[in-house]
Amino acid sequence: MTAASPPEILRAPLVVEFPFTRSLGPVQSAFLTGLREGVVLGVRSADGKVMVPPVEYDPVTAEEIRDLVEVGTSGTVTTWAWNGSPRPNQPLATPFAWVLVRLDGADTALLHALDAPGPEAVTTGMRVRVRWAGEQTGAITDIACFEPDAGAPEPDPQATPHSGEFTDAVTGIVAEARLDYSYSPGRAQTAYIAGLSERKTIGERCPSCHKVYVPPRGACPTCGVATTDRVEVGPAGTVTTFCIVNIKAKNLDIEVPYVYAHIALDGAGLALHGRIGGIPYDQVRMGLRVEPVWTEGGSYPDHYRPTGEPDADYDVYKELI
Amino acid sequence: MARYAREVAVVAFAQSDHLRRTDELSEVEMVMPVLHQVLAATGLKAGEIGFTCSGSSDYLMGRAFSFTMTLDGVGAWPPISESHVEMDGAWALYEAWVKIQTGEADTALVYSYGKSSPGSVRDVLTRQLDPYYVAPLWPDSVAMAALQAQALIDAGETDEAGLAAIGARSRASASANPHAQLSGAVAQGEYQVAPLRTGDCPPIGDGAAAVILAAGDVARRLCERPAWITGIDHRIEAHSLGLRDLTDSPSTRIAAEHAGVFESPVDTAELHAPFSSQEVVLRKALGLGGDVAVNPSGGALAANPMMAAGLIRIGEAAARIHRGESDRAVAHATSGPCLQQNLVAVLEGDRA
Repeated sequence: MTAASPPEILRAPLVVEFPFTRSLGPVQSAFLTGLREGVVLGVRSADGKVMVPPVEYDPVTAEEIRDLVEVGTSGTVTTWAWNGSPRPNQPLATPFAWVLVRLDGADTALLHALDAPGPEAVTTGMRVRVRWAGEQTGAITDIACFEPDAGAPEPDPQATPHSGEFTDAVTGIVAEARLDYSYSPGRAQTAYIAGLSERKTIGERCPSCHKVYVPPRGACPTCGVATTDRVEVGPAGTVTTFCIVNIKAKNLDIEVPYVYAHIALDGAGLALHGRIGGIPYDQVRMGLRVEPVWTEGGSYPDHYRPTGEPDADYDVYKELI
Repeated sequence: MARYAREVAVVAFAQSDHLRRTDELSEVEMVMPVLHQVLAATGLKAGEIGFTCSGSSDYLMGRAFSFTMTLDGVGAWPPISESHVEMDGAWALYEAWVKIQTGEADTALVYSYGKSSPGSVRDVLTRQLDPYYVAPLWPDSVAMAALQAQALIDAGETDEAGLAAIGARSRASASANPHAQLSGAVAQGEYQVAPLRTGDCPPIGDGAAAVILAAGDVARRLCERPAWITGIDHRIEAHSLGLRDLTDSPSTRIAAEHAGVFESPVDTAELHAPFSSQEVVLRKALGLGGDVAVNPSGGALAANPMMAAGLIRIGEAAARIHRGESDRAVAHATSGPCLQQNLVAVLEGDRA
């Protein structure tokens, strides 16, 4: 056991990206295809209300709505907020106003950006018009933004019926998302990772049940208490179970088939997993004694190889399977 | 008490100190102390709890299935009955309350947590928006709230000075709350997204909370003055901001009606209003007069650990009843942009 001062907590960039592919129903397809064609469509509910952007179901009655209408590309700001410091991915890189715009002929408002010289140029009730993007693909971003429009609203603007039919309709979108994090594994895992880079495997012991967890996560899941006593385990261990991997993972630089195993390091209360090397895949067995292999400059074991010791008795490791 | 089949009370509440960063703590290490505190307060052991339910969101930290990791802090052996909501813990409390109402449990452990520090919460929250029409524009959470604030100002419901006063009152109240992230005099600061200034926005931070619920005589045994949940309900509105009247919160009002808020006066209101402007909307929806102590804890403007701040409102209201400082309190939790979803609970203490 050690009571060494904790190493500096690790942090590293973490990027989560997910390009979800989403299909569109008839209403959303018509709306986004319309944007590609420079036309703004909405839907008319049973009580005559025109909703832009269109919804597929009435928010009050939940009735299905398919009655498409075309509305104007100018409208009136119903509320706004001045965004002095645009964030990445937002519609404009220069300061702009977020606006809810009720397009002419619509009864509800659309959220978008308004390009204006400053907050003094924006008011609720001001007239604005769509500025189309240079390249229109069938996405909400086909509206690059709104811009001030000195024109007065048409008297009593009317939404006009629209078939919603276009050639080559947009039927899906790719919803790109990327979030950037600075990941910290916390105290226990920082100690584990720092230990590995010194070629030591550090677990933590539960003060209640005395089991040694490796890798440690800071808590004993059985007792629900913090594990704080650090214990070095291994380096050798026993294969408790294994599988033979026959499918090569993308970007993986390991030839198949190979063996992926659960390995109970000596002194550990549970098995961790790792790849077995240095032995033909079809000779790996439960009870095989193995040790970690670090590559030159590696900060964690690349794989585990046989130690050459006799196999462990089943009774010795059966509790750890 | 005739409203529901069983009497259910909050019998214990604990929360972490809410901090801007907690790099040294994994999520389970952040949650575990509050779990231990509520268990110690009741004398219950994890194995004696009938049902466990948590609330959190993996998007905050960018870590998959973190709620399975935080279960390590509960001690889930022998196996326990457990559930999770990808929402604020107030909704986990609702699930636990239903579980007790059905008679399947007499006690429940409810906890929630959020680490916002590893990411950019303003950007992360855009991923909860409509992916077709809204999310591709990346309108951040402050921008959405600012649209609502301007709508309130245009409607004559408040002004910038009125909003600033809400933030100032909240942080002054938080001076008595050792867990708060911001307290005392805090500069109103620059516009974040006008008309909202820094002082109108919640601090971003990490934190956790836990409560224990118990039914009937079990609650009486575990707590000297249980905070009985005499009403609870939650409602949701259309997701599109343009379909809603942003100056009003009909979902809060309906939830409050179903929870019985208006049947007799309340003395305390713990409102989950992360933005000062949202307090204006909620006061109106709940019909709160000047005689009600609103957010004596400091509220979300003093500490807003995502996914825990709503549960903390229920916990703070309950704690005031436990201490004899309130007889009838309303607690509110929200989720989604501009008060899209709202949960309202009425908590009452036995009168002497």
